[in-house]
Amino acid sequence: MARVELKSIAKSFGAVPVLSGIDLDIADGEFLTLVGASGCGKSTLIRIIAGLEPQTSGSVAVDGRTIDHLRPHERRVAMVFQSYALYPHMSVASNIALPLTMQRLSLWERLPLVKLLSPKRRRVMRDILEEVRAVAAQLQIEPLLGRRPSQLSGGQRQRVALGRAMVRHPDVFLMDEPLSNLDAKLRVHMRTELAELHERLKTTFIYVTHDQVEAMTMSDRVAMMDAGSILQLGTPTELYATPANIKVAQFIGSPTINLLPATVGEGGDIDVIGRRVPLRTALPAGTSATLAIRPEAIAPIGNAPLRDGQATLAGTLRRVENLGSEFILHFDVTGLAGKVITCRVPADHDVAAHGQVDLVFDVGACHVFGTDGLRAEPLGGRRDARDGRVRLYLNAGSAT
Amino acid sequence: MSSLAIPAPGVRRQAFGGRQALIEKITGMGFCLPATTLLLLTSLVPLCVLVVMSFTDYELGALDIKSVGLANFGKAMSDPMFRRSLWNTLLYVAIVLPGSVCLGLLVAVLVHQRKRTRSFYEIIYFLPVTSTLIAMATVWQFLLHPRLGPINAFLQLIGSRQYAFLSEPSLALPTLAVIGMWQLIGFNMVLFLAGLSAIPRDIYEAAEVDGCSGSIDRFLTITWPLLGPTTMFVIVTTSITAFKIFDTVAVMTRGGPMGSSEVLLYAIYLEGFQYFHTAYAAALTVIFLVFILVFSVIQTFVLDRRTHY
Repeated sequence: MARVELKSIAKSFGAVPVLSGIDLDIADGEFLTLVGASGCGKSTLIRIIAGLEPQTSGSVAVDGRTIDHLRPHERRVAMVFQSYALYPHMSVASNIALPLTMQRLSLWERLPLVKLLSPKRRRVMRDILEEVRAVAAQLQIEPLLGRRPSQLSGGQRQRVALGRAMVRHPDVFLMDEPLSNLDAKLRVHMRTELAELHERLKTTFIYVTHDQVEAMTMSDRVAMMDAGSILQLGTPTELYATPANIKVAQFIGSPTINLLPATVGEGGDIDVIGRRVPLRTALPAGTSATLAIRPEAIAPIGNAPLRDGQATLAGTLRRVENLGSEFILHFDVTGLAGKVITCRVPADHDVAAHGQVDLVFDVGACHVFGTDGLRAEPLGGRRDARDGRVRLYLNAGSAT
Repeated sequence: MSSLAIPAPGVRRQAFGGRQALIEKITGMGFCLPATTLLLLTSLVPLCVLVVMSFTDYELGALDIKSVGLANFGKAMSDPMFRRSLWNTLLYVAIVLPGSVCLGLLVAVLVHQRKRTRSFYEIIYFLPVTSTLIAMATVWQFLLHPRLGPINAFLQLIGSRQYAFLSEPSLALPTLAVIGMWQLIGFNMVLFLAGLSAIPRDIYEAAEVDGCSGSIDRFLTITWPLLGPTTMFVIVTTSITAFKIFDTVAVMTRGGPMGSSEVLLYAIYLEGFQYFHTAYAAALTVIFLVFILVFSVIQTFVLDRRTHY
């Protein structure tokens, strides 16, 4: 059980800064995910927490105690590596037992041959083996205990690596892209298992991934990182519904969010391809901005009349992706050469009817980002507590 | 038509099946021919000649030749010079093998931890391997000289007694062994360095997190077991190289003093090329080859089984 606090952690390799001023407070028992593209510093951060990499400045504390001076094994953290890093020359049982033998036996009792002289060793080893069995039973790898890692499949190795971490009852689990080496199907399965494991153990998990789906599905909170700093920290819903930065909006969600170049008109209105969108922000008039619309928030116009707070864009259907339960429609935007908008619609949608159509979207579900990439909050709306969206009650204006 | 390696499917293949197979066979043999010819000419035929010769009384330049059966081998068994040289060779291997493998490993582990100076140390330790041993033996002879050599000068300086390293019977073979180790350590170090680089860094980090952080623990738990395949290879090559000791003996001691540094290859050389007992030398060579073969087979089969994961 542990609360992890990072205070202005910075790290640079020579003259190259990798992390700058990371502050993070991770609650006891929380599942926190560090997500970001490769090279954003997320792995470096988790390695600093593990003690495998010294930070240039700042400090790491667990339960209020600074642990900067402690070596990795003294920090009571366990780490699962992307490559699993199992010891190839040891059986599964020995792999899982290693942290305990290191803890409970002295150097003499571990030396080859000399160890046979110790009377206490056999008893200790018997206890350890019992604990190893218990962990193996939890992970359903008991039949594999006698095998070598090379005789295991990727998923089984993953479980052994988890077992090696669990057997120590650490305060914090650190996981560095543990599912990246698994095939897609197994990854989905292990995602559920990891989430369940977290629920059962109620230990603090710090999880690093570049896969936004893993971040969204498993975490209590997600910290989206870019270029060595945290862009946004919040629940998966917050990151999805109110991205604080255009990079967060682009990274989270699949298919990727639609981005449209826009300008801020007189009075703070947003203009997209000459059409006025009834949405006002505090951005100064005349500057450029980006309007972002999630694929599920925009759809070809039906027979229903335009409601309040809705706007339209013209587009031509280019391609349909059939995902079984839904279609992903790709539209060329009229007036913006090379720009494609994706819409996610239910599978019962009548695709054949589309040629050139108007695409309708709810203005309240749009996000506006300034030239600095930061979110510009809409004015005059009201945030809905249920999904974080801003509901606008303006006139539809003159979209079409 | 398909290529030669992949038979064409369907009817054609059945119709021409026999002919196609024959063509493939001939082509395959054609590809093997150059390598087989070379192997036959340079290894197998000379080996057969050697074995046949070992059963005769042939001497270089002799006009007639007759079979003597196993007499040459019987003579070898009772020849004090051969028995001494065999014993000396085994003793030499027994010193050089553990010495150069352990020191090579130690140097490799130490050099591996260096970052900037690594290549510098690699070159320093590898230099003896690149040098010609005959030339280096002459240099060693000077270094070890009882009166002129700097080593004895140093011993005198620290108040120790001086040693005639190459002319005292009890010191000659150990001295040659030290020179042999000096030459082999660099080579073994490079092999061990390659083995060390192949161990993933992740495993060391996992060990670090698991509490295996002391250097002894790390070596015994991770490095040494994972170097198993490399170690096996190093042991095999080192023991064969050590078994073939010749150059230093020929240049520095000529088997002396009092036969204390007579070794197998030098004995074979004397019998074959100094005394021209060609058939007897052939018999000794056969014995020498059997030793090397037995070494490799034992090491490969026994150690191989234990070091592959």
